[in-house]
Amino acid sequence: MGVGIEVTNLNAWYGANHTLQDINLPIPANHATALIGPSGCGKSTFVRCLNRMHETNPIAKVTGSVRIGEIDIYADASPVEVRRRVGMVFQRPNPFPTMSIYDNVASGLKLNGYSNRRSLDEIVERSLKHAALWDEVKDDLKKKSGASLSGGQQQRMCIARALAVDPEVLLMDEPASALDPVSTSKIEDLIFQLKSQYTIVIVTHNMQQAARVAEKTGFFLNGRMVEFDSTHKIFTNPSDKRTEDYITGRFG
Amino acid sequence: MKTRVPENRARNMVRTAADHLATGLAILATVLVVMPLVAIFFYLIYKGASSLNLAFFTQIPKPEGEVGGGMANAIVGSGVLLGVASLLGIPVGIGAGIFLAEFGRGTRLANAIRFTADVLNGVPSIVMGIAAYSLVVVPMHHYSAFAGGVALSIMMIPTVTRTTEEMLLMVPHSVREAALGLGVPNWRSVLSITLRTASPGVITGCMLAFARVAGETAPLLFTALGNQFWSVSLNREIAALPLQIYIYAISPYDDQHRLAWAGALVLIVLIVLAVSLVRYVASRGILKGAS
Repeated sequence: MGVGIEVTNLNAWYGANHTLQDINLPIPANHATALIGPSGCGKSTFVRCLNRMHETNPIAKVTGSVRIGEIDIYADASPVEVRRRVGMVFQRPNPFPTMSIYDNVASGLKLNGYSNRRSLDEIVERSLKHAALWDEVKDDLKKKSGASLSGGQQQRMCIARALAVDPEVLLMDEPASALDPVSTSKIEDLIFQLKSQYTIVIVTHNMQQAARVAEKTGFFLNGRMVEFDSTHKIFTNPSDKRTEDYITGRFG
Repeated sequence: MKTRVPENRARNMVRTAADHLATGLAILATVLVVMPLVAIFFYLIYKGASSLNLAFFTQIPKPEGEVGGGMANAIVGSGVLLGVASLLGIPVGIGAGIFLAEFGRGTRLANAIRFTADVLNGVPSIVMGIAAYSLVVVPMHHYSAFAGGVALSIMMIPTVTRTTEEMLLMVPHSVREAALGLGVPNWRSVLSITLRTASPGVITGCMLAFARVAGETAPLLFTALGNQFWSVSLNREIAALPLQIYIYAISPYDDQHRLAWAGALVLIVLIVLAVSLVRYVASRGILKGAS
């Protein structure tokens, strides 16, 4: 089951560049939360702070607190532990190119020393079914390389790979921006189904997408969170002028 | 709108001619690259093939002045030397390459190691022999196969290190992020994901280093020394194909000259076979469709 996320006074830097300023945000459990805003507004940095990927860049710095469930991820846990509980899907599909489809999906478990074959088989099947890819790949799970799938299939495989380690939160950084419309709608259907079991945070440039999949939406601008409310309210009756200008296409 | 056909046609002809010229030059360059290899190979066959017989592969060299004999001990000896060199040189080289690309990137230590590796690559092979002589032969008080293997391994290290580094750096950042994002510890990600993704290139680098030292004579002159008799002991002097070729090539006897040609032919064929075998085995581990 998913857990809620409580972000308090989060600040992040890349070198001297203050990319996130005083972000406070409650992300509800078992819902999809969308983050929108123009390029460079800090929304990607924000999700990377939620699984401590931000700090893999040597010049990056972060302060503030992020509670995921009962745990303050910057005080109570190592980055490796955090990332096992918080899965991530990236902007471009990033399969492990030398691995089969099966090994790609099982990689998170295998690389953490999990090797029970029977239950691995089950987990791989369940994860691929969850990611709506099972029927397309079940016949050549171990024969085909993960990199030989189409872009949309690769991205669903990456989602299955993230689900296989059974995270509580799923972060998606523009998961459909490199995909065609058919693949995009498959990913959106998927988010719709997954959000009953996982807490989903999705970054998107596509406002229709945010409106379709998310209950809550946050609008970021220049490293600050301008407005956070129910998606319906953000898109129909935003309280901030800048939000209104952005969603009506006046800038960004 | 009027089209100006004649002018376009003239321009097209120039373009086509330039295209043919560029293609022709590229083909010419390719031929020039391949020609020496083909020429050497056929010359070796012409000079050496007639001396190849069963005895060449089963017998050891005959005493001075006698006709016949073979290089069985030198073939096996080369195998032993290259085995020792690979076992010592490849792990060290790959380890150093991993450090340069993954853990030490941008540090002074990494820059120093990279510079050292590049200098080491340019050191003449005879100097490697002297180094191994003073590091291994002098303390052990005698020549040995082990000392020869050490000399060759030192020659392999810079090539393996630098190709490993280059190949690891070519692995896309997104692949590393995928592994870290799954909660895989960094060291595990480096070994199981990054190195594995780069493995075809790393293997090529190892094979380049292997093929390069397989034909080295100078580093073996005062380490492995050579041996006219059977020996596979690491603790004693051992025969090697390049050494045996060298000894026969400067001997006064025609029969030994012919054997030297045959030895050179066998050396080249064995190198090609070994490299092809490793590549074949390695390629079977990689799935179809992998980039």
